[in-house]
Amino acid sequence: MRPALPEAGHLHRGLILSRDSVHIVGASLAGIRAAEALRREGFSGTIALIGDEPHRPYDRPPLSKQVLSGAWEPDRIGLTKPEKFDEIELDLRLSTRATAFDLASRSLTTSGPDGERTENVDGLLIATGARCRSLPGTDGMSGVHILRGLDDALALRADFDRGPKRVVVVGAGFIGAEVAATARGREIPVTMVEALPTPLGRVLGEQMGSVMADVHREHGVDLRTGVGVDSVNGGDRVESVTLSDGSLIEADVVVIGIGVIPNTEWLDGSGLEIDNGIVCDATMLAAPGVTAAGDVARWPNHRFDEVMRVEHWDNAIEQGVHAAKRLLVDDSAAQPFTPVPWFWSDQYDRKIQLAGRVRADDDLEIVEGSLEEHRFAALYGREGRLVGVLGFNRPRHVMQYKMMIQDGVSFADAVSAEI
Amino acid sequence: MKIVVDFDLCESNAICMQIAPDLFEVRDDDFLYVLNEEPGEDSRARVEECVQRCPKQAISIEG
Ligand SMILES: Cc1cc2nc3c(=O)[nH]c(=O)nc-3n(C[C@H](O)[C@H](O)[C@H](O)COP(=O)(O)OP(=O)(O)OC[C@H]3O[C@@H](n4cnc5c(N)ncnc54)[C@H](O)[C@@H]3O)c2cc1C
Ligand code: SF4
Repeated sequence: MRPALPEAGHLHRGLILSRDSVHIVGASLAGIRAAEALRREGFSGTIALIGDEPHRPYDRPPLSKQVLSGAWEPDRIGLTKPEKFDEIELDLRLSTRATAFDLASRSLTTSGPDGERTENVDGLLIATGARCRSLPGTDGMSGVHILRGLDDALALRADFDRGPKRVVVVGAGFIGAEVAATARGREIPVTMVEALPTPLGRVLGEQMGSVMADVHREHGVDLRTGVGVDSVNGGDRVESVTLSDGSLIEADVVVIGIGVIPNTEWLDGSGLEIDNGIVCDATMLAAPGVTAAGDVARWPNHRFDEVMRVEHWDNAIEQGVHAAKRLLVDDSAAQPFTPVPWFWSDQYDRKIQLAGRVRADDDLEIVEGSLEEHRFAALYGREGRLVGVLGFNRPRHVMQYKMMIQDGVSFADAVSAEI
Repeated sequence: MKIVVDFDLCESNAICMQIAPDLFEVRDDDFLYVLNEEPGEDSRARVEECVQRCPKQAISIEG
């Protein structure tokens, strides 16, 4: 086996490790981008990309948007052109689940169409993402959905196609909000139930949470805030939902959007540290020769002095690339991963974008547009620093303020900047 | 190398501008402008990063 040869600019400092192979577990966004990055860096060993879904890597954001609305068919959401898989010479193992890893012996056990297999790994990159939380007592009840994968999206779309009398969306986070928006776009009656006083208020602050609430109500969503779900009722098929305030809502479709859990169970007892995600150092290293990336990875982001796990699309790419490169260098050449997280969400005709790390009690200043028109950029400041920007239909501004966060601009300077 | 943007897909979120401000610019009118459609080979790595990180898969490279 040839050793890894550095090609692109990033690997010129420090020792370059020669590895025979890299195993990537999780064949989605972070995993495929990591595989591509290894080849770009000149890695010539074997790359195994192992994923438990039957599908080739595909893009999730369209699932709650164009796929659910019916505008796109699944063939449009592939993450990489089929030719590219040959070009980068991947040992792509679909429908194959990693069931165990042992750090001490560096052995990885998988189970797939060819049966069970245990092999030694050299470099290991973990990108097993996250799965949806479910509501107790809803297992196997038809009409109750979660939304994480393509099969979930197609099942929900099929229920939408039947013209439901009412959809109840449990949880007004970003995914729930997008499902509600897409359902309204198809003129399906929607009730959205949120335990907090305002949607996303705990993250974005009450003022921005109220804007979110207005947008939903203006589009005809029956939004119930400050209430929980007591029970989801029905036999084989869901019939209604009982809320904690005693009200009963008849519904033939229920979508649960109450957050995700990182997929780490297969690593229990592996010797890796797990704590709401795979615990990594600042360079995305979880153990010697083991890195993690995407929704499953937790690491200290020095830019924000915060240990975080980020469930954003762009992060999965950047972190996948970073974790891949990290496997090819020794400690002296390793770089910390210090991004300004960035996220977008499309709801109705609003393009919502959030950059940075915001908290409900941060200082808040509207710098562009107005809340009334639902077209604005709002800056978040903490201890005199610019830490975040939220935009409603203000993409350019969000990106420009994101660059200011990156440059460490003060909150006052950002607020007074003319852009 | 030629940069091709599918403007029906592009949503002007300026991710590309962040990566390569000398090649991409989202202006006040909120439209994306490609400042140099045929950059030199030394820009290829950055343009490829733009292709990958464009959330709408709106950018492609010809040649
Ligand atoms: C419906 C939806 C809409 C979204 N919209 C947006 C958006 O608008 N903007 C945004 O910024 N982000 C959005 N996101 C978030 C974004 O898609 C995720 O952050 C991204 O997919 C994370 O990529 P990942 O590779 O880390 O994990 P995942 O995409 O979760 O992939 C992990 C993969 O690993 C597999 N796996 C798990 N365990 C094992 C195992 N033991 N063995 C083998 N394989 C395993 C999983 O099946 C999965 O295929 C959305 C997500 C969803 C679900
Ligand atoms: S990153 Fe893509 S969608 Fe965003 S402005 Fe550039 S081309 Fe358009």
